[in-house]
Amino acid sequence: MPDTPKSDDKPRPVPRPRPPAAAGADRPVRRPVPKKPAEMPCEPWEGPLPAALQDRFGDSLTRVVLLGGQKLLVADSAVAFEVLSCLKQEHGFDYLVDVTAVHWPDKSEQFEIVWTLYSFSANERVRLKAGLAEGQLAPSVTNLYSSANWLEREVYDMFGIEFKDHPDLRRILMPDEWEGFPLRKEYGIVQQDSDWVRENLKIESAQ
Amino acid sequence: MAETTLAPPEVQAETLLDSNELVLNMGPQHPSTHGVLRVILKLDGETVLGTDCVIGYLHRGVEKIAENRTFQQFAPYVDRMDYVAAVSNGLGYCMAVERLLDVEVPPRAQAVRVILTEINRIASHLLWLGTHALDIGAITPVFLCFREREEALKIFENYCGARLTTHAFRIGGLQYETYDTFEKECLDFCDLMGQKLKEYHDLLTGNRIWVRRTKGVGILNAADCKDYGVTGPLIRAAGVEWDLRKAQPYCGYENYDFDIPTAETGDTFDRYMVRMEEMVQSCRIIRQAVDALPEGPIKGKVGKVIKPPPGEAYVSIEAPKGELGYYIVSDGSLNPYRVRVRPPSFVNLGALDKMCRGSLVADVVAIIGTIDIVLGEVDR
Repeated sequence: MPDTPKSDDKPRPVPRPRPPAAAGADRPVRRPVPKKPAEMPCEPWEGPLPAALQDRFGDSLTRVVLLGGQKLLVADSAVAFEVLSCLKQEHGFDYLVDVTAVHWPDKSEQFEIVWTLYSFSANERVRLKAGLAEGQLAPSVTNLYSSANWLEREVYDMFGIEFKDHPDLRRILMPDEWEGFPLRKEYGIVQQDSDWVRENLKIESAQ
Repeated sequence: MAETTLAPPEVQAETLLDSNELVLNMGPQHPSTHGVLRVILKLDGETVLGTDCVIGYLHRGVEKIAENRTFQQFAPYVDRMDYVAAVSNGLGYCMAVERLLDVEVPPRAQAVRVILTEINRIASHLLWLGTHALDIGAITPVFLCFREREEALKIFENYCGARLTTHAFRIGGLQYETYDTFEKECLDFCDLMGQKLKEYHDLLTGNRIWVRRTKGVGILNAADCKDYGVTGPLIRAAGVEWDLRKAQPYCGYENYDFDIPTAETGDTFDRYMVRMEEMVQSCRIIRQAVDALPEGPIKGKVGKVIKPPPGEAYVSIEAPKGELGYYIVSDGSLNPYRVRVRPPSFVNLGALDKMCRGSLVADVVAIIGTIDIVLGEVDR
């Protein structure tokens, strides 16, 4: 089978040697497999809610999309609190489902905070993301949603992101004296074990 | 001798009586905290002024483990979170990865998933009922509930070989076809539950001690439920008719006819009634699913190597304890870049302080029981 030009030039595994072309002539034609898009389908999110938000926050909302069919907003961290407050008070998103973060060590804004909101009246879910540089304070939404208290404590515990105006910001899952923030990418899973072995058994860990 | 001057009586009362609050430690090794939960109670006499939960004793870093495993390798780990409802955990995780991959699950696999998940919901509620009653002082129900739960676990064992951490589902569908007597055993289980639920009602519902210990205890109204993000039977007991199986149907739940049980006041008794009724509704779903079990393949078009395109998805299901969500970020490699589990137990436990304030110490035990936490899921 002749080599067809490939649409992407990713290195591919070396194909198994094929029989000579003459023998391949009467082989059944390979069924064309629809090519998976390299990215998740992403289309602009249109409607009264995104329009109202874009009017109000303008360029501070950098993305208003449906990513794989899910509503996603990306905002500057400076306006994140106002966006959340507006979503709660003016658009009925009365349930804060989750607060979490993702660590991207190579980006200039290392952390991405992710808020998932739900509206009982509209049966609608929205996700808001905001980038945050190392050491930058995240806005706390504890005065909007009580559920944020523990969720933000967990983000602090796992990523070391501090929340401005959080009433009780301390570790929640890890012991208080724990060093480091486990869900940061540079935090290795064997390093802590090796350190313990080195310190207490005075040998090098086999891991 | 020091000079003594008598203070006016109201000041005397302040200083002579010990008005300090008493701090009482409860747990982590306490039988009614359902595992290793430590609650620090601030008391004024018998009245709770405030609580502070200390959690994390069972933290295993599940989310960190996920980043170091492939998508398939991580699937058995999710069973260890809410270990009394392992099937639900697995369903949520598989659905989240399927969403990233954009894979269709064949109808037969979906129906079997529904059957097993609902049996698991009953098993989880039975464990809750037995232990909750035990906490309050009723010894008998726990034996009865474990007897019936055994039948549910036998179905899991026959289906996939495991009883507790089942790993019953695979990304894209199922690993195993059902066994010969699967349908019959499921229907028998529903029949059994129909009889036994009456027995539990006879034991507890009209029982004067049970009613006095649960009515008006740990009230959480609808507005507070939403504020604290509390979901599952707790919010339904507060009168909000909200169930993800109806609100945002998944896995073919839209094809089944069932009701969402609700109550009004949101106290411990209402939550008991809601969960009891949920078991009846689960039986209804199982019967319909077994009767209309379609033939066909059990696995969708998923390659041997699971490598979703870069992107992210949040998928949530109605687990026995509330909204269980998985937020998975993929960077296009074999391992998930980030897996976030939104655990219902963790978020629901956050409302413990609100529910306990002003109640008696003995009620704290009832309230912890009624939230229905599993510490494996709180701590992950």
